Amino acid sequence: MAEVTSTSAAYLALVRSRVSAQASYRTSFAIELASQVLLIVVEFAEVYVVFHQVRSLGGFDFAEVALLYGLSVSAFGLADLAVGHVDRLPFYLRTGSFDAFMLRPLSALGQLVTSDFALRRLGRVLTGVVVLVIAVVAAHVTMTPAHLLLLVTTPIAGAVIFGSVFIATATIGFHVTEGMEFANAFTYGGSYLSSFPFTVFGRVIRRLFTFLVPVAFVAYLPALAILDRRDPLGLPTWLSWCGLPVSLIAVAAAIALWRNGLRHYVGAGS
Amino acid sequence: MSKTVPVAEGVIDVQELRREFVVRRNAGRLRRTRDVVAAVDGVTFRVTAGECVGYIGANGAGKSTTIKMLTGILVPTGGTVRVCGLEPVRERTSLARRIGVVFGQRSQLWWDLPLRESFRLLGAIHRLPDSRWQPRLAECVELLEMGPVLDTPVRQLSLGQRMRGEVSAALLHSPELLVLDEPTIGLDLLSKERLRAFLVRERAERGTTILLTTHDLPDIERLCDRILVVDAGRVAFDGTLPGLVSRVGAQRVLVVELTEPGPALTGVPGTTVTAVEADGLRQHLSFRAEETTAAAVIAAVSARVELRDLMVREPDIEDVVRRLYLG
Repeated sequence: MAEVTSTSAAYLALVRSRVSAQASYRTSFAIELASQVLLIVVEFAEVYVVFHQVRSLGGFDFAEVALLYGLSVSAFGLADLAVGHVDRLPFYLRTGSFDAFMLRPLSALGQLVTSDFALRRLGRVLTGVVVLVIAVVAAHVTMTPAHLLLLVTTPIAGAVIFGSVFIATATIGFHVTEGMEFANAFTYGGSYLSSFPFTVFGRVIRRLFTFLVPVAFVAYLPALAILDRRDPLGLPTWLSWCGLPVSLIAVAAAIALWRNGLRHYVGAGS
Repeated sequence: MSKTVPVAEGVIDVQELRREFVVRRNAGRLRRTRDVVAAVDGVTFRVTAGECVGYIGANGAGKSTTIKMLTGILVPTGGTVRVCGLEPVRERTSLARRIGVVFGQRSQLWWDLPLRESFRLLGAIHRLPDSRWQPRLAECVELLEMGPVLDTPVRQLSLGQRMRGEVSAALLHSPELLVLDEPTIGLDLLSKERLRAFLVRERAERGTTILLTTHDLPDIERLCDRILVVDAGRVAFDGTLPGLVSRVGAQRVLVVELTEPGPALTGVPGTTVTAVEADGLRQHLSFRAEETTAAAVIAAVSARVELRDLMVREPDIEDVVRRLYLG
């Protein structure tokens, strides 16, 4: 008799089915992929235009800001690819599809995360990585093993941080019906902020997006170490290395918020 | 994990089950009132292995709320609920492997995949080896005649085809308990009948326990040996269908159309004339199922007058339930 399949095999089957469902629409897939790339190019052109007027932004030159941008876009792209569609939760709740998740012997969050897997979002990741590589060369980053380690782990930690923000904000859907505008302020807003040197922001925004929604760890803080710079605002240097631990704390917080939201949904009070 | 249910415990065991909701309402321009409404208000019942129970009541009587509490989607405000010996919300995933649920208006299938793929995915989700779910599916496909639509994407299926798919999906992991919420709603007569015949067989062959909600009296006649009527969150009746019908005195109605106007057809044994329309061209004769049969009434009527058309109207559930409260 065949072995009973495992939980991970169940999730793998779910993701694979999503991919094959999309593969049947090749043309629309190609168009959406291209539009994603175009979007990033336009977004990046905005940074270029700014630097046409000024030589530095918050004490960072064009190549250095491009590095921040590359780190931020790669991280956000990975998170969006993996869990970006969790913002569909309010729709699933409204149509009752969420109840179908509850009737299956798998975690509801696991099913939500694997309910879609839009390969077209690879466009953003690829563009981000290209920008990152060019920026590393243009900013004359010295290639020490430590810098290399940071360059590889930072987009991953950043993706985990953004993924946590996605999940945390989606849980608003458990509590209020129309809360996604508010949620987008954190996800897309956080992504936008993370690609700027934090020196350009006021104190409240800086604190909020360093310690509460930790997007400073996505690009700005690690980039300081990669560029061998001290934080002009005086944050300790070791914070640059805290991306991974911070991302784990973010995941734990996101899961706690999810559990709280689910408890509210089943009516256990909150 | 043992699949047997302890003798002392029913498949469903519900004690003084209660679920309250907070309803906020605008009262006046600025004030908002906060009312606590009990959708389920002290329901107690037990379903033993192999039973088929119809759970009926008007819309808003608390049926869906009860089903949500049985399946682990909603936590009770008070009382206890155990299904297959498990506590539904706390042991949701264990329970999901032992029960099958069909919500008539919510799909368990993947709309953008062929039906066949949905079954394969559900097999993986329930962590079943192919050797366990494939023969089961083959059986469902044959009995429900789904062969021709297996490769059709779910979004292109008719309601009847999709519902057969939903029921097969719920049975793929051979659950001990099958919960059906309005399984025949919107189906044509043939589809309804095919589904009923399948469920009758499922029960006979495997002893699957079934709980179903429906507004369709023939569903209950064909499938259920016991019915629970809920009203305003409480169990108003627990017994057999004939028991319910005789308790409320629900009547079947024979509507006859005559070839020419005539006097009221009084005096047919076991019937009363309840309406005479168009100078007697159309007449309604009510009778109780336990006193006479439709065939006997038709024979008696056609011996007296010439019939152009006729139809038998069954008491519907809403009517039976309404009478339960009047009586």
